[in-house]
Amino acid sequence: MRIELEKRPDVSKLFGFVSPLLALVLTLTFGAIMFAMLGKDPVEALEAFFIEPLLEVWSLHELAIKAAPLILIAVGLAVCYRSNNWNIGAEGQFTIGAITGSYLPIIFYDWHSPLVLPLMLILGALGGALFAAVPALLKAHFNTNEILTSLMLVYIAQLFLDWLIRGAWRDPKGFNFPVSRDFAPEAVLPAIWEESGRAHWAFIFAIIAAVGAWFMLRYTLKGFEIVVLGQSERAGRFAGFSSKKMIWFSFLFSGALAGLAGISEVSGSIGHLQPAISPGYGFTAIIVAFLGRLNPLGIIASGLVLALTYLGGEAAQLSLGVSDKVTRVFQGLLLFFVLSCDTLIYYKIRLVWSRVGGRAA
Amino acid sequence: MSIFEAILLTVITASTPLVIAALGELVTERSGVLNLGVEGMMIMGAVGAFATAQLTGSAYIGIVGGVVSGALFSLFFAFLTLTLVANQVATGLALTILGLGASGMLGEAFVGAPGVRLLPIEIPVLSAIPYVGTVLFKQDLIFYLSILLVIAVNWFLFKSRTGLKIRAIGDNHASAHALGIDVIRMRYLAVMFGGACAGLAGAQLSLIYTPQWTENMSGGRGWIALALVVFASWRPWRLLAGGYLFGAVTILQLHAQAFGIGIPSQFLSMLPYAATVVVLLIISHNRRTTLINTPASLGKAFVPDR
Repeated sequence: MRIELEKRPDVSKLFGFVSPLLALVLTLTFGAIMFAMLGKDPVEALEAFFIEPLLEVWSLHELAIKAAPLILIAVGLAVCYRSNNWNIGAEGQFTIGAITGSYLPIIFYDWHSPLVLPLMLILGALGGALFAAVPALLKAHFNTNEILTSLMLVYIAQLFLDWLIRGAWRDPKGFNFPVSRDFAPEAVLPAIWEESGRAHWAFIFAIIAAVGAWFMLRYTLKGFEIVVLGQSERAGRFAGFSSKKMIWFSFLFSGALAGLAGISEVSGSIGHLQPAISPGYGFTAIIVAFLGRLNPLGIIASGLVLALTYLGGEAAQLSLGVSDKVTRVFQGLLLFFVLSCDTLIYYKIRLVWSRVGGRAA
Repeated sequence: MSIFEAILLTVITASTPLVIAALGELVTERSGVLNLGVEGMMIMGAVGAFATAQLTGSAYIGIVGGVVSGALFSLFFAFLTLTLVANQVATGLALTILGLGASGMLGEAFVGAPGVRLLPIEIPVLSAIPYVGTVLFKQDLIFYLSILLVIAVNWFLFKSRTGLKIRAIGDNHASAHALGIDVIRMRYLAVMFGGACAGLAGAQLSLIYTPQWTENMSGGRGWIALALVVFASWRPWRLLAGGYLFGAVTILQLHAQAFGIGIPSQFLSMLPYAATVVVLLIISHNRRTTLINTPASLGKAFVPDR
């Protein structure tokens, strides 16, 4: 048996919508098989993983908390990937954003003012953007591979955070634990609807960012420039667009959003700095971006789906006793199926059963 | 053993997995395929090798387990990018994410288990040479393999007929296809060779470097291997030299920590990653040489017209 591809004359609108759903179904099917092999009842396991977290209000708040950084980062990455710039160091930009944003509440902890929080958010976004400026500079001016440099910087950012927390920024009253001092109340991102759960303003930032980016991509000249340069650098040049400027724009934009996600997470969910501030949001956001078909509105939906895999992983760990690594496997599988189902958008797939025929060898 | 010999030995142990994984990727990229999943294939090789060594009690069967795990895992990538023409960058990332997750899950049963260590093989006569002898000729099998592989790949790529075909499809898959070369099939094999090498590198990590299983034990080495291929401008001998340079930086950092130099350990641990960025910067600075050396079809999908 052989698989043959035939290019569709037009991009299939139908499959553009169906293929992410198909990928979800395939992931669930393979997830069920995986649970069965682990000796768990597949139906019960999938229910604990994907349904139960959706049944209670406090749990929906947790979903919003986990979805917020994913959506924020993925929206930035989508702009990057669409313009053919491969920033995969969002995890590092997230970390640096968390650090620069925490500067005020940790160093100037005596300063009480309503200005603290907005300044923190600005500093966080700036920090993330500055950190993303490094691979941008290297790519734009020295032609250095941005995939590798942005990724190397992730390790550097994490080690830098570790050093800060164990050294200069360690809480003197923290019993020698590697944590910073707790943020004062005015440095904490407020909850959206306090009576029912913990979800905070980061989710609103995420929605604003997604809608804003969608508007930019769809209705503005900048959006047109992103798409044209992403599809063909040559065509972009003829249109008078500069791919160098686009490298800067896309990296600074995605870095700023990742940095904002970082400081929002630390200020809204954790309340202080600590060595581990992210369960891999920066990498999972890559999956979110692709599952959302690099469309900011799609990313809102896919961010919620991926957030559910985190929540479900925690729930399944408690109720079924399966490893929390199942979450990562689900995420990896999902990305695989998303990418393979996307083939259906551009190609017709034919199975050829005969050994000869089709193509003359 | 003198300190000098001891340091050299650790440099070799740190460099070997980088050299092997990068060599596999070099062949893959020469065929025009960019597989960013080296980190994922490496960690699958590490867990595969550790598990087989545990279950069979033999480190040598463990090596085979690692190689097979890496090669089989790379098939996921090959199917998606070659048969279904999915984006190579994104699929490579998926391979790494899936590998890190799956290896953590598979390896959970082995956390804390005492590993089966692969013992060094002493080559008679040669190992008696002062200084060099103990360092070069009293090594484990994987080290010898790494050197043989560099020689073999160099010969294969530049002297053999199949090697010429691989380079041809990497530089222009359309013309190679027109000449009757089965592009997809060759690329499948090249990707699997890359997977097998990454698996072997992983086996070195879990059988020799730290003979035990810990989650994420590849620690970014797969990515450094990818950078090495660029550093070596797709040439095996330069890759060997580069691998040892990076291994030396990793080890220097450890020794500097042991000597208690006044630099915080976190900054020393940044060194291999920072060095990678700096080296990439220096190499890519000259746009013309990188353009000449990069396989022209690298990362581009190929759909044969029928």
